[in-house]
Amino acid sequence: MLTKELNVALDAEGFMTDPSQWTPEIAEMMAVEEGIAPLTERHWQVINWVRQEAASSGEFPSLRAISKRSGVDTKELYELFPKGPARKIARCAGYPKPKGCI
Amino acid sequence: MKRLLILGGGTAGTMVANRLVHELDMAEWQITVVDQDETHYYQPGFLFIPFGAYGKADVMRPKRDYLPREVEVIISEIRLIEPDKNQVQLVKENRTLRYDYLIIATGSHIVPEETPGLMEDEWRKSIFDFYTPDGAVALHHFLRTWQGGRLVLNVAEMPIKCPVAPLEFLFLADAYFQDRNMRDRVELIYATPLSSAFTKPIAARQLGDLLEQKNIKLVTDFNIASVDPDKKAILSYDDQAIEFDLLVSIPTNMGSDVIERSGMGDDLNFVPTEKHTLKARDYDNIFVLGDATNLPSSKAGSVAHFQVDVFIENFMRYLDGLELLPTFDGHANCFIESGHGKGFLIDFNYDVEPLPGMFPMPGIGPFSLLKESRVNHWGKMMFRWTYWNVLLKGKEMPIPAQMSMAGKWQR
Repeated sequence: MLTKELNVALDAEGFMTDPSQWTPEIAEMMAVEEGIAPLTERHWQVINWVRQEAASSGEFPSLRAISKRSGVDTKELYELFPKGPARKIARCAGYPKPKGCI
Repeated sequence: MKRLLILGGGTAGTMVANRLVHELDMAEWQITVVDQDETHYYQPGFLFIPFGAYGKADVMRPKRDYLPREVEVIISEIRLIEPDKNQVQLVKENRTLRYDYLIIATGSHIVPEETPGLMEDEWRKSIFDFYTPDGAVALHHFLRTWQGGRLVLNVAEMPIKCPVAPLEFLFLADAYFQDRNMRDRVELIYATPLSSAFTKPIAARQLGDLLEQKNIKLVTDFNIASVDPDKKAILSYDDQAIEFDLLVSIPTNMGSDVIERSGMGDDLNFVPTEKHTLKARDYDNIFVLGDATNLPSSKAGSVAHFQVDVFIENFMRYLDGLELLPTFDGHANCFIESGHGKGFLIDFNYDVEPLPGMFPMPGIGPFSLLKESRVNHWGKMMFRWTYWNVLLKGKEMPIPAQMSMAGKWQR
């Protein structure tokens, strides 16, 4: 995978295990793998908000939180990150796979 | 007198009140339980109402009968929690209750209003829930005369109370329609926002296989955006549509409104809680038990029970000035009804997913894990008696609070 070249730690499903290793270039590469490249300003609004929120709260935000507070609503989230936005956003933002609740 | 206030007299609140009156010196403590509803519901029983196995009376008891005599019980809505003032405002008589320690056990409930179209014209006509007693009874009446068609079971979003309930509903529906000789006239579809039949891989595989054997179609990654009641279809955010003749919905689950009013919750009104100690993240004299937490453990009675076990021990330490121990491991233990008098048992925690094996239980067990058996079904049926007579009253259960690997097969 492309992201291996960047020498960052990935889990078996291609999620970064250490969000502090993230760079904007990684987001672009993840976007290629997820088939949503190139990232637009709207994608970046989501990614930046999510990284900020996760850093301040210590937890990756739920899709509901993202749609409520990032300035991008659920409908658009599905357009920007189709089929499983939570997982695609997590990959682009350099976070582990969001834990589906049990 | 020191004051301990418990908000919510459901499963968690009742269990913890019963345990606390034995642990605390009641000459020094005043314990008050506040709940808006006089009735205690045995919520695991709701599942059986649509199929006529239980009636409403089987799942209802007066709350007071299960709360200890030593505690003050106030039936009132809660207006506001003011953690900075250590007080809670009630609606009834505009009372304000001060506390030294607060336990929040206000639970979770369904909010069908979160999905546009769900509660319009077809609500309780061709769209039902079974997470409320009235919804379950209405669905029972509907099923008695239904001639068949496409039954879609949809989970709106995670987390939900009792994450195995949707699967159990489908297994029981399959058996119910077979018994009525109409299974060939019913199409069963399970539309879930998850990527598989269940949240944990090994169990998801087993349960997924069972869905296939029972000819129940699984639609994964379906995130409902709205219901079109005129076309009788559920629509997803990525523009998939599934038409239905009967929609059984598990709407969005949220914590209590008072959590939102008090500014103490996350986006679903669940209270941020320390994962292993159950202390509220932002307050040192508040603990959160049962479904009200934001923890990644199942919202289930068994989890509340294990939480209460570890909370009691920790709270006594806390009162003595010792630090809280990280003893809550997310332990859950659930019977899963699979129809025709059989059932599964799963036992897991934050870190260990449900595994196959045998579950030891002195006197009754062993129960087979992650495998269908008749004993598991009887375990579930017996559980209603156990719930009212042992569990709620805070008596000893033969299951340790922390998950054990004993009997589990590891690979």
